[in-house]
Amino acid sequence: MNKPAVKSAIDMERIKEIVMECGGHKWALITVVQKIQNEFGYIPPEAIPVIAKGMKIFPSQIQGVISFYAQFYTKPRGRQVITVCRGTACHVRGGESLLEILENSLGIKEGETTPDMEYTLETVACIGVCALAPNLVMDNQVHGKVDPQKIEQLLKKGEA
Amino acid sequence: MQNQRTVFVCQGTGCLSSRSGAVYDALTAEVAKLGLADIAVDFTGCHGFCEKGGIVVVEPEGVFYTHVQVEDVPEIVSSHLRDGKPVERLFYRDPATGKAVPYYREINFYKKQQRIILRNCGRINPEKIDHYIDAGGYRALKKVLLEMTPVQVIEEVKKSGLRGRGGAGFPTGRKWEFGYNVCSDKKYVICNADEGDPGAFMDRSVLEADPHAAIEGLIIAGYAIGANDGYVYIRAEYPLAVKRVYTAIQQAKERGFLGRNIFGSGFDFEIHMKEGAGAFVCGEETALIASIESLRGMPRPRPPYPAQSGLFGKPTTINNVKTLASVPVVIDRGAEWYAGIGSEKSKGTTVIALSGKIINSGLVEVPMGTSLSKIIFDIGGGIPGGRRLKAVQTGGPSGGCIPARFPDTQVDYETLSLLGSIMGSGGMVVMDDTTCMVEVARYFLSFTQAESCGKCVPCRLGTKQMLEILTRITRGRGQEGDIETLYDIARTVKECSLCGLGQTCPNPVLSTLNYFRDEYEAHIKKKLCPANQCRALHRKAK
Repeated sequence: MNKPAVKSAIDMERIKEIVMECGGHKWALITVVQKIQNEFGYIPPEAIPVIAKGMKIFPSQIQGVISFYAQFYTKPRGRQVITVCRGTACHVRGGESLLEILENSLGIKEGETTPDMEYTLETVACIGVCALAPNLVMDNQVHGKVDPQKIEQLLKKGEA
Repeated sequence: MQNQRTVFVCQGTGCLSSRSGAVYDALTAEVAKLGLADIAVDFTGCHGFCEKGGIVVVEPEGVFYTHVQVEDVPEIVSSHLRDGKPVERLFYRDPATGKAVPYYREINFYKKQQRIILRNCGRINPEKIDHYIDAGGYRALKKVLLEMTPVQVIEEVKKSGLRGRGGAGFPTGRKWEFGYNVCSDKKYVICNADEGDPGAFMDRSVLEADPHAAIEGLIIAGYAIGANDGYVYIRAEYPLAVKRVYTAIQQAKERGFLGRNIFGSGFDFEIHMKEGAGAFVCGEETALIASIESLRGMPRPRPPYPAQSGLFGKPTTINNVKTLASVPVVIDRGAEWYAGIGSEKSKGTTVIALSGKIINSGLVEVPMGTSLSKIIFDIGGGIPGGRRLKAVQTGGPSGGCIPARFPDTQVDYETLSLLGSIMGSGGMVVMDDTTCMVEVARYFLSFTQAESCGKCVPCRLGTKQMLEILTRITRGRGQEGDIETLYDIARTVKECSLCGLGQTCPNPVLSTLNYFRDEYEAHIKKKLCPANQCRALHRKAK
């Protein structure tokens, strides 16, 4: 895990900058973490001590916040993120089968990323597009009334 | 401007997923191509009828097109906008009669609603503050700041009978009074837009379609309690709503509705935005405050209530988006008018997110006290596929299931809680005879179990135990005594949990146990799923 190649990929100076931008206020931690994730795609674990120093809080507190919220990731994610909605309306209209189909065709479980780093499969509690259930989000685009054929099309398009 | 007509393309999250963004571009291009100078192309937020997306409305005549795709655009422009012949094949069709209904106002789904909170949704461009002002926006704020004292504002809201639309139904005027009466150098007001209930999407709609309504309400709330800073805590899962609220705040600042000395009244007010990070429990007020302070979003015991010690230890008043969006109307049209709507103890209107096994799914705003059957059959158009209504689940994962044998149930705070459910966020999921009630309870428990923050024992362990039992039952491994154990755990969790999540999460279990005990028994004793939904029991059901 200590390969320098991995470390140099993360620009620690940039992380320090982000911390500085937020004025180092303790209550800005979530904003800092959100910004880091927006830029890097995830929160590199090695960034945690840097944030802790800049904001004068314990690394464990940062770890606690990151692990508490569903939207923070400490591992790199795939180039395309597929998020299956698990809201009530989606559930009643077969959202669970969508997840199963995707798990089978991508060969990964919920929360995992394909080995080629192409797809990450995850779920969300509800995206509020219940009238078009079942839904999934792919690359920030909501797809409503999804069925097996539509999944096939989406994955084909994703490969192109 | 007299002959000016406007084509409004819905750009809510629902319609955008039906590619309404491309429809908007195509319309703009086509109108320009044909040189129709008297036609303007504009967009609106959510109409609340996302299933029919992309929705295109031509005003002022109010022609309502459904399922519009890019390919339909040339025909709409040449036939309707140029030659005056509306395109009939894109009209809404009444599901009962099959007849085409050309106008917005004649569609049953809209005709039978009374829209107060959603008053501007789908009617104005949410990114243009002038549209909101032309629709009467910021008039209430001006009146409040120039003509009323904070006490008068609080009295007016109290008289209106407005109650918290976040679910608990606490009287808004009284909440503000608490906030007003606390002495402090600094106070905060927060708009709670952390709409986490699966199956509820009205806050998203309001913020996407009419963000200024919530902002105006928040400024009025700030004035009433004496706060100069407001926060909007909004779910990160709603990127479009985040963007529209941000734009709206900037515009309000430019116009002087936010900032120093608003309307020359001497009142200063700023609004800050805070995005959530994906935790359901953060809709609970003390957890929400912890989250704004960048802590783990866990609730804490009350008292002290946020009204005494909230954000950064200062007195804080928290209101839901819909409550705040109602406030300008209450002030503008007067408390008496507002109090004349609704049922005896629940005043005004409520927004319901109708979804599940229903023909017209979407956002429905009705006076409090409207019957379930009116909502489901008159507005919702009934159950698709000729199936039978079995139950209605209200209030999201904290609510309960009301069986079809109570069709006259009034939708208001008191009646719903009498039946073991709650008003909650206003989600309403319709279930037909192919929905298994044990599976429904299991589904909700799987959600609350995952979202339980783990701070208090009854909720952390109770949800887990109940989920295990329910999963076992749906897999065909139910045991004698499971029903009694479920009752026992559910009551304990309900009574002993720290916050609203734990106190209400047994509701789906208790209500299905009370009303559909036979289904539980069939699963456990006969290893049968009467709705034939539980896969492990499929074969045996035949």
